[in-house]
Amino acid sequence: MAALGEAEQVVATTDSDQGDFNEAEAPGKSDDAPFFPSDSIEELIYDDLTEADHQTLHKGTIHSIVRQTSYDSRSETPNTVDQDTPDISAGEESLEDSAETQVNSNSISVGEQEECLDAEVEDEEDVNSPNWKNQKKHVFILSESGKPVYSRHGHEDKLVTIMGVMQALVSFVQDSKDSLRSIVAGKHKFVFLVRDHLILVGVTRGTDSTQQMLLQLMYVYNQVISVLTHSQLSKIFKQRRNYDLRRLLTGAEKFFDNLLNLMDSEPGLLLSAVRCLPLDNQVRDIIAQTIVQNAKVKDLVFALIIAKNQLVTLVRMKKYYLHSMDLHLIINLVNASESFKEAESWTPICLPKFDASGYLQAHVSYLDSDCQVCLLLLSVDRDSFFTLSECKDKIKTRLTRYNALEAIDSSLRRKSYSTQQCGITDLRHFLYKARSTAQYTSPELEAPYCLPGEDERLFGMYQYLHHRIHTSGRPLKILFHVGQYETLLGWVTQGFELYAVFGPLVTKTGAIHAVNKLLRWIKREEDRLFILNSPTF
Amino acid sequence: MNVIPNTGVGKTSVVIRYVGGMFSKAVSPTIGASFFTYKMTLDSYRVKLQVWDTAGQERFRSMAPMYYRKANAAMLVYDITSLESFYDIKDWVKELKKNVDTPIVMCLLGNKSDLESGRKVSTADAAEYANSIDALFFETSALKNTGIEDAFLQVSRQLIKFYETYPNSGLGILSPQQDVTDIFSSSSENVRLPTRENQQKTPEAEGCGC
Ligand SMILES: Nc1nc2c(ncn2[C@@H]2O[C@H](COP(=O)(O)OP(=O)(O)OP(=O)(O)O)[C@@H](O)[C@H]2O)c(=O)[nH]1
Ligand SMILES: [Mg+2]
Repeated sequence: MAALGEAEQVVATTDSDQGDFNEAEAPGKSDDAPFFPSDSIEELIYDDLTEADHQTLHKGTIHSIVRQTSYDSRSETPNTVDQDTPDISAGEESLEDSAETQVNSNSISVGEQEECLDAEVEDEEDVNSPNWKNQKKHVFILSESGKPVYSRHGHEDKLVTIMGVMQALVSFVQDSKDSLRSIVAGKHKFVFLVRDHLILVGVTRGTDSTQQMLLQLMYVYNQVISVLTHSQLSKIFKQRRNYDLRRLLTGAEKFFDNLLNLMDSEPGLLLSAVRCLPLDNQVRDIIAQTIVQNAKVKDLVFALIIAKNQLVTLVRMKKYYLHSMDLHLIINLVNASESFKEAESWTPICLPKFDASGYLQAHVSYLDSDCQVCLLLLSVDRDSFFTLSECKDKIKTRLTRYNALEAIDSSLRRKSYSTQQCGITDLRHFLYKARSTAQYTSPELEAPYCLPGEDERLFGMYQYLHHRIHTSGRPLKILFHVGQYETLLGWVTQGFELYAVFGPLVTKTGAIHAVNKLLRWIKREEDRLFILNSPTF
Repeated sequence: MNVIPNTGVGKTSVVIRYVGGMFSKAVSPTIGASFFTYKMTLDSYRVKLQVWDTAGQERFRSMAPMYYRKANAAMLVYDITSLESFYDIKDWVKELKKNVDTPIVMCLLGNKSDLESGRKVSTADAAEYANSIDALFFETSALKNTGIEDAFLQVSRQLIKFYETYPNSGLGILSPQQDVTDIFSSSSENVRLPTRENQQKTPEAEGCGC
């Protein structure tokens, strides 16, 4: 009886079916949220993405913090911001200039020298290997002059030619005062993002829409900035247009790999929203207050605890906010760095939305012996390691004493919650994003979606729904889609975005009734699922 | 020419062997710098070593001064199977001499001495170089646990000697914790971040810290 064909119905905004839910009470809504709601994807029209960096990246924040806080005790200027650019001429390949990828409008010649490959990469897969061709999603980063910087699959040295072609395409179109956005070839979509000094190309044969690919490329670009800062990137390429950026990105490849994997599985990056670890509201308050009281340190901008990619708490300096995109980059850093588990660490990190021109210093440590609960203290003072290390000891002692670490641990072990707990028949899974706080919640993946392949299919459905609802000619509010195995409902208002997956037999009225019930459930649970206040130091 | 700097001379492995008493094949490249402490009693002094284990990856190169500026000792680590990593040490020594004006104990470590068959740096060459820069020298293996204990003990002894000779010179009063510091460096083809260690030896001042 399941509908075999796919049917879809767009419900007009004013449709009385829309039900009784009052938008003003969107669950998880707060005027005092710790983040700036990020570029939710509907604001990411292509023009935004092609705007010059100076319009989309923030700069000078660190300087102004340093200025504000450095009157009192400090006569020398803190040296936080002026990171020295490494001497980029050291060890430069002498062949580089002659090996430049030469491009003019109708011919592409790639310097032969580039292809002198080390024996060790010889047996790596190249462009012609079936394995390489069959990858579902490729992402490439190249410099403006066409030099390979990163490839998700395969070794860049094997991809010099193909990257040369990409650069040629981009510059060919640029020559005619236009810009190349995307190409569709058969099942493959090619999406291009041109930023200061770098060209990013994504190729997918999956469910990602062009806009979703663009958002992913934007994340990857910001990951580059996070490692190098925009200032350093500019300085390097101003000095040497032909610089091999891989030198400076050595060891950072795993951040790109990890980020791309997260983007294929974590709805948070698709939604530009953060998931919070479900916690009793009072426990969360205790944790935040413990941090506030024990980390009163000048120049400390953010203090946060992350557990298994979820935010436990965030304390910020007054007037400064953490952008959800920056938070995702922090989560990615923690997620991809095994070395933080060995000892307390002290590492520079640039948060592009906060200040793309300089580094914050991060004190990173795990509070539990299983290395699941990670405390990060982000400061503009490069010399504050020992002070922050003391803060960490105090915070850890107090949190242990108040049983807060135990509470975090048991929340982690309990997993999040089951769809059944919402008490709605036929509801299989959902994503709910509170737009004012850039946070989202969703139940655990359960059968059948926890089976291999099925999780991917579910994610694909969300991508589809998200795409349809955000990038249609007319602004959609509700989308009802009857698929072969399930029925989907997407609903976007000023306050929230909801994507729900039902069994195939649910009716439109039934689904709308169910989501209303779901929203009431989320509202009841909002204290536990979301962070609704934003403590400051 | 290989553009990828060889980061793995074994700095982290050496520190973990000494501080944690173990060796793991699966140790990950250091991000930024990791901080370790180690306490011991030596010649009736209570010594607290504070060790900065820095990352060897190129992009962290510019962070180096942050660690060695207040260091009292530097351990410079190369890999005996990599000539590049040995040459790299010379850059570090130059940089240290230029930027550190307080007296500093230097110690050269040729790590991975268990890989004798792949040796590219001879013991004699390294010893001669160490001598020329007035540094201690040991060949070590984090895998086999050879040489490491000795190296740390000798460095600590030197620091105590410094402290006895110049009780007011930097050593006890550098930072709030009165650090004595070491640097650790490695090297490879282009540049390696020094790992540096902070050593604290505070006979009385330490109170009930340990
Ligand atoms: N055979 C042998 N292998 C070693 C020894 N010490 C370290 N290794 C191996 O060398 C690799 C790199 O070691 P690390 O300790 O991470 O090197 P590192 O200098 O800290 O590297 P970065 O943190 O990237 O600067 C690891 O696979 C270790 O297992 C040793 O004494 N003998
Ligand atoms: Mg290391």
